[in-house]
Amino acid sequence: MEKSSIRHHCSLLIIGGSAGSLDVILMLLPSLRPGLSFPIIIVLHRKNSFDSTLTDLLASKTTLPVKEAEEKDILTPGIIYVAPADYHLLVEKDGTLSLDYSEKVNYSRPSIDVTFETAAEAFGPELVCLLLSGASADGTEGLKVVKKHDGIVIVQNPVTAKVAYMPQHAIADVVVDRIIDASEIDELVNTL
Amino acid sequence: MELGTIDDDELDILLNDLLEVYGYDFTDYSRASLKRRVNRLLQIDKFPSFAEFRYKVRASPEYLKRFVEEITVNVTEMFRDPFFYKVLRLEILPVLSTYPLIRIWHAGCSTGEEVYSMAIMLQEANLLQKSLLYATDLNPDVIKKAMAGIFPLSQMKQYSENYILSGGIRDFSSYYSAKYNHVKFNEDLRAKVIFATHNLVSDRSFNEFQLILCRNVLIYFDHNLQQKVFTLFDQSLEPLGFLALGNKETLRFSSLSSKYNQVGKEKIWRKVA
Ligand SMILES: C[S@@+](CC[C@H](N)C(=O)[O-])C[C@H]1O[C@@H](n2cnc3c(N)ncnc32)[C@H](O)[C@@H]1O
Repeated sequence: MEKSSIRHHCSLLIIGGSAGSLDVILMLLPSLRPGLSFPIIIVLHRKNSFDSTLTDLLASKTTLPVKEAEEKDILTPGIIYVAPADYHLLVEKDGTLSLDYSEKVNYSRPSIDVTFETAAEAFGPELVCLLLSGASADGTEGLKVVKKHDGIVIVQNPVTAKVAYMPQHAIADVVVDRIIDASEIDELVNTL
Repeated sequence: MELGTIDDDELDILLNDLLEVYGYDFTDYSRASLKRRVNRLLQIDKFPSFAEFRYKVRASPEYLKRFVEEITVNVTEMFRDPFFYKVLRLEILPVLSTYPLIRIWHAGCSTGEEVYSMAIMLQEANLLQKSLLYATDLNPDVIKKAMAGIFPLSQMKQYSENYILSGGIRDFSSYYSAKYNHVKFNEDLRAKVIFATHNLVSDRSFNEFQLILCRNVLIYFDHNLQQKVFTLFDQSLEPLGFLALGNKETLRFSSLSSKYNQVGKEKIWRKVA
């Protein structure tokens, strides 16, 4: 696997995670460089559908602006968008966000697949997706679509994941561009 | 077409057909969600090609029903977002109680869970007798279900919890009778409800209301269509009337927002006099 930074123009980074991924994100956020040249979307599964404190928690760890994604938000570089609890978050071709309260996908809402898939269609090769720890199969189908549109697919090394199932599931099924240890994620994101 | 998915051009063709043949206008819906739903349907119904799918939609009014049912998102709950209902109960109903006749419009009511929730709160406030509720949706099938008031028993635990969080203090099960794995809500709850189809895209204002609820419908519309629908609501709302939206929807970016004041932190706006 190529070790150097990923040579690619990134217009959007999406991070998807489930069980065991919050710690990875909390570790990553403080080391993000200010003034990132692309927006970040974070799609996290959570247990409680009423929970809106996640955004506050994430915001406390970085100087970059963090906001809960609202429908019709225009994706803006340097801003971190968090998928709200209990809605799917979709990316439109005009670079805006939509929310959708349809059936759960992979028992999840938000579903990582839904955001990956719609963003793949909207951003094509300029999309980078990162899939973290989790006990769900969510993410894999989405990553396939990302690959189909020539986006970049990065998966957390299952060995360094608290719950290996989700990254393992993806690696088994998708030709990933890179498998990365939890400790290397910040460097990768800062050099995208 | 790759197997099981359509591209943007094909989606445009399909939307044109729907408008031309049936008068259903989905052209200003948010694209990503619409496309996802169409592709989902294509996969579930295993159409071998776009041409066959298109033919079926054009030729079969029966299939069109299924199409509309599957393309629109009908997911709903009783007392969904309990704290929203709590604000209705504690802050809005007392204002409405001062009117001799209370007129409420549920636009995009889906299978009616929202309407029965409202009827329960009105009954508990002793207001149902002098209320008239209009419950509308573009999809005639969900309206039929709403009229029947029959919901799965398996949902009642969740609904009862929502009800309590919304400030309800009665025994929730007193509002329905259970039969096998379904429950039927009491007839008196819908005695004051008028169920009808109404398309927010193409139909007009039909009355004036003191409260309009349109929750989790506008998220499926693009910005222009949202503006159009806000104008329709504005025409249908009395001065000092209330407009209630879904938790993720806002009037803030609308040109009408200067005529409205938000009620606290909830997604409820009051029209100025
Ligand atoms: C997600 S449901 C919302 C149900 C309920 N208001 C709630 O918040 O739980 C959305 C509903 O909007 C309806 N809808 C979609 N487009 C519409 C239109 N143009 N006119 C009227 N209703 C529409 C759909 O048929 C569906 O029943």
